[in-house]
Amino acid sequence: MSTELRDVPGARASAKARRVRSRLGRFALPTYSWLVIVYLVFPIAVMVVYSFNKVTTGLQNVSFSWNGFTTLWYQQWSSVPGLTSAFWLSVRLAIVSTLVATVLGTLLAVALVRYSRTKFRGKGAVEQVLFLNIAAPEIVMGASLLALFVTYNIARGFLTLVLAHVMFSIAYVTVTVRARLAGFERALEEAAYDLGANAFTTFRLVTFPLILPGVLAGALMAFALSIDDFVTSNFVSGSSVPFPVWVYGATRVGTPPQVFVFGTAIFAVGIGMAIMSIVLGRKK
Amino acid sequence: MERSVSAHYPGGVKPPRFRGLWAKRLAPYLLSLPAGLWLALLFLVPLFLMLSETLKSCSPASGACTMTWNWGELPHTVNLYRAQFVTSLLFALFATVIDLVISFPIAYWIAFYGGRRKNFFLIMLLVPFFVSFVIRTLVWEFILSDNGFLFSFLHRSHLVPSGFHVLGTSVAVVAGLAYNYLPFTALPLYVAIERIDHRVLDAAHDLYANRRVAFTKVILPLTIPGIFAAFLLTFIPAFGDYINQEILGGTSNTMIGTVIQNSFLVNADYPAGSSLSVVLLAISLIGIFAYARVLGSRTIEEYL
Repeated sequence: MSTELRDVPGARASAKARRVRSRLGRFALPTYSWLVIVYLVFPIAVMVVYSFNKVTTGLQNVSFSWNGFTTLWYQQWSSVPGLTSAFWLSVRLAIVSTLVATVLGTLLAVALVRYSRTKFRGKGAVEQVLFLNIAAPEIVMGASLLALFVTYNIARGFLTLVLAHVMFSIAYVTVTVRARLAGFERALEEAAYDLGANAFTTFRLVTFPLILPGVLAGALMAFALSIDDFVTSNFVSGSSVPFPVWVYGATRVGTPPQVFVFGTAIFAVGIGMAIMSIVLGRKK
Repeated sequence: MERSVSAHYPGGVKPPRFRGLWAKRLAPYLLSLPAGLWLALLFLVPLFLMLSETLKSCSPASGACTMTWNWGELPHTVNLYRAQFVTSLLFALFATVIDLVISFPIAYWIAFYGGRRKNFFLIMLLVPFFVSFVIRTLVWEFILSDNGFLFSFLHRSHLVPSGFHVLGTSVAVVAGLAYNYLPFTALPLYVAIERIDHRVLDAAHDLYANRRVAFTKVILPLTIPGIFAAFLLTFIPAFGDYINQEILGGTSNTMIGTVIQNSFLVNADYPAGSSLSVVLLAISLIGIFAYARVLGSRTIEEYL
């Protein structure tokens, strides 16, 4: 009884406070959140705007100040030779390393999900290595790869870039695919076996379609990591220069406006794919 | 007949299939072999190679290096570049704390009030990742420059004193780091808050907890693992970052990443670069092991 007498007024006060605060929260939190989103989008908007900036000096570099609107850089998008070839190199590199990393990472994820520690000795060690690979500072991985290639006299170029990009993508693919595999119903495979399917048919008709969304998510991750990688690429690229390394080199002397044109194009493609995946996901 | 027997075997235990038993035993190793080899040869071997590089002694006369298990090089190099280590530590720490403060409310809002638009808001959090890292940083150089639209306006309207600069200062570097790594903080926080069972909150309110008490006694303790994960996932890459400093910073506030990059790519001083990399890796690992000790080793992976 006494506890009730003591608590009820307090509870009433707190309920009232809750109502007032939640009204505040209903206004303050969304406003704040939208401000953060504006902050995140703002530099991207600046990038798009500057891709339309006129150049007044003889050197064809974007100036910090606004000189007027032009679509010239979109018409001449490929007129900076080093930039265009660097971009296509990055695309080729991302495609090759995504394919390799997705296959290797998916196989590893299957092994990790399917087999217990007693059937798969060394599973714990593999998991530790994956974790270390994701957590290690990228500059350390890049520098140590450079040391490896120099020690064994491996010429730096497209091959070393692929080796490096696959190396840092595998762990991300494995983690992504494993997360999707965790809810996988083994009973479906058992059912296929019971209905007379052999191992290959079971994989083709049951397992693969079920893990496909996870594999695609992993592949997308690998592609995004590869096409945007600067730190590791800077160490192992040698004479074949990928897009981010080229852009970084250019910033030291002056940025041609086409850099922002490419940036805008990559952004448009990426955000378009993201929106498409949301819309498709909603329909399902 | 055989199949129906195996399907109805009591207790769900299947009799062993004798065909392909060896293949079955080897399967996990065969599946993990290609990825395992790739990671061993191109991730672990280079790391050990780098460690061995730091333990060598080189004779200044001939330039030849021999393995001498000379651990003394490590503290020596750290001492030499102590200023850059401290700068990196402070910059990364400031940026991470700023990111935690900025992203906690928005992560909370998306997790609790996002409703059907959760995916949309998550993509808005990830939106910087759709622009190349180097270009993002470059754009901040345009924004923060004295001749850029923002500061030329501020200077012309005398809203800031004439000697006021941001580009080339430590503030610009921390701002760049905070912007570039914000999604690394916001996503783990979102995952942690999203996971909170709303019934626990209802229970707290039923037990007369007001909003503040519910927040400090229920929400905050339940998100602690997420906060630590967010801290590590932001701090470690920010600590080794050098692009923000190179593009947005001046000449006096060099970070350790710049020193490492220069010792490998400019000065070809591999022993020094290796020592610094080993120390950088060690600092990151200490953070990770501390996390694993306190909160369990597997949990951080849930936030990746």
